[in-house]
Amino acid sequence: MNIFGWFTDPTNWTSSDGIPTQIGYHLLYSGIALLVALAIGVPLGIVIGYTGRGEALVAGFANALRALPSLGLLVLLFLIISPVVSGNLVFVLPTIVVLVLLAVPPILTGTYAGIQNADPDAVGAARGMGFSKRQILLLVQLPCALPLMISGVRSSTLQIVSTATIAAYLGLQGLGRFILDGRAQADFAEMAGGAILVAALALLLEFGFAGLGRLIVSPGLRRVAAKSTSPVATTVPTTVTA
Amino acid sequence: MKKRAILSALALTSALALSACGGGDGNPLSGGGDGGHDGSQIIIGSADFTESQLIASIYSQALQGAGIQVKEQFNIGSREVYMAALKDGSIDLVPEYNGALLSYLDPKTTAATEDAVTSALKSKMPEGLSLLTASPAQDKDVVAVTQATADKYNLKTISDLKPHAGELVLGGPPEWKTRQQGVVGLRDVYGLNFKDFVTLDAGGTLTMTALTNGQIQAGDLFSTDPGLESNHLVALEDDKSLFAAENVVPVIKAAKENDKIRETLNAVSAKLTTEDLIKMNAEAATGTNLADIAKKWLANAGISGS
Repeated sequence: MNIFGWFTDPTNWTSSDGIPTQIGYHLLYSGIALLVALAIGVPLGIVIGYTGRGEALVAGFANALRALPSLGLLVLLFLIISPVVSGNLVFVLPTIVVLVLLAVPPILTGTYAGIQNADPDAVGAARGMGFSKRQILLLVQLPCALPLMISGVRSSTLQIVSTATIAAYLGLQGLGRFILDGRAQADFAEMAGGAILVAALALLLEFGFAGLGRLIVSPGLRRVAAKSTSPVATTVPTTVTA
Repeated sequence: MKKRAILSALALTSALALSACGGGDGNPLSGGGDGGHDGSQIIIGSADFTESQLIASIYSQALQGAGIQVKEQFNIGSREVYMAALKDGSIDLVPEYNGALLSYLDPKTTAATEDAVTSALKSKMPEGLSLLTASPAQDKDVVAVTQATADKYNLKTISDLKPHAGELVLGGPPEWKTRQQGVVGLRDVYGLNFKDFVTLDAGGTLTMTALTNGQIQAGDLFSTDPGLESNHLVALEDDKSLFAAENVVPVIKAAKENDKIRETLNAVSAKLTTEDLIKMNAEAATGTNLADIAKKWLANAGISGS
């Protein structure tokens, strides 16, 4: 098995289904799934965090969905929608749904926990200055929630990027292609190469998020941010109960 | 070859683990020679899929009917694993498919017709193993289309696809992309350039579902798949013999072979047809006990079972 040889073979970089193309597809599926998950998780998280209602129900349900085995769900969804959806969408839709299901819970929890845990002194001060509830939410609670939200998004992104390999199972592109094709063709260098690329991509995005946090989180919150973001999603529920 | 070393190590461990599980009759570690078991007993193995177990069950009951002592050790694993078990003596008999066995023993083979496969196989058989007479029953790769597609383009053979391939999407397992007996051969031998190739599975649910629902128009299925009939699919005739013959054939340890065993298994092979396999696979899919299906087939074939 010659992994180095696989990485240095120019055809693996230049061919129409080479490494850059597959990274592109991988990021495309991941990006779509992340956007959909954000569109669901953030508003829902704000509602739960703001009203304090539905936390047990919605968050519990979302977390339960997360426990579903992705590959099994992928095939199940494919079998269900195949008779009603035509064209390539039948392969894309189950993949995105599976990824979104994985990605929503961390974003959701990060958002509502962040809002609920916004410094009560800051919220009280804002109220004392005559801020409306809406202003408090948008100008105080949400910015205070940012570190936790970012940590949620970060954990979702890692989940998505590492799981997006299953797109290949339904004939789509992405880095999973190398892993699946490598296995089928007994080309274990290709298989290992695909796995290494996925890990590298996940690491790269991890660094990206660390940088993003520095850029958009208010400096006043950074010390809190540094404390609360270190162990990713697992700390979120504990902060809620605390 | 490090890869091969790992594979054989894996195969060996599984074989050892398996014979250890069997227990009870002699030392499972004594491998080689006449195997680690009672000399007169035949240990029948099978691969880890239904059809292989079904055929192994037929062999088992037919041999028992002929008064031979057998022991069943089914569901062993992939070819790499059970061939190692056969060589080290933890099993004595296994149902095989001649084309697949040949490409396992000689990955570079180009033999495709039944005669070519059989004669190539004979020269490649590992020492100590022998090949009995192959059955006409075949479980081979077929290119299948829906009845509607077949009617629309008037398709009977794979060659008939030529003028229309550019409009059709083909589906099959990932290895088809680079395999002679796959996309490469369809292009080089038949001149087919499909509109697209979708990577799915080897004749499994994904390919079947995508084919019946129109996401792909041609797909790789197996000739003994009961779904071919129940889903109104047409298996196109492989008129240029691209896909290797896959006749069911018993592979036995030469040291265990005798006239009685040979006659019994030859009688089974002579009666077994592809249609029988389709029917039995359909029965097995409903959850019927494999041994019962095998028993019924033997009764219909007029071969005495256990």
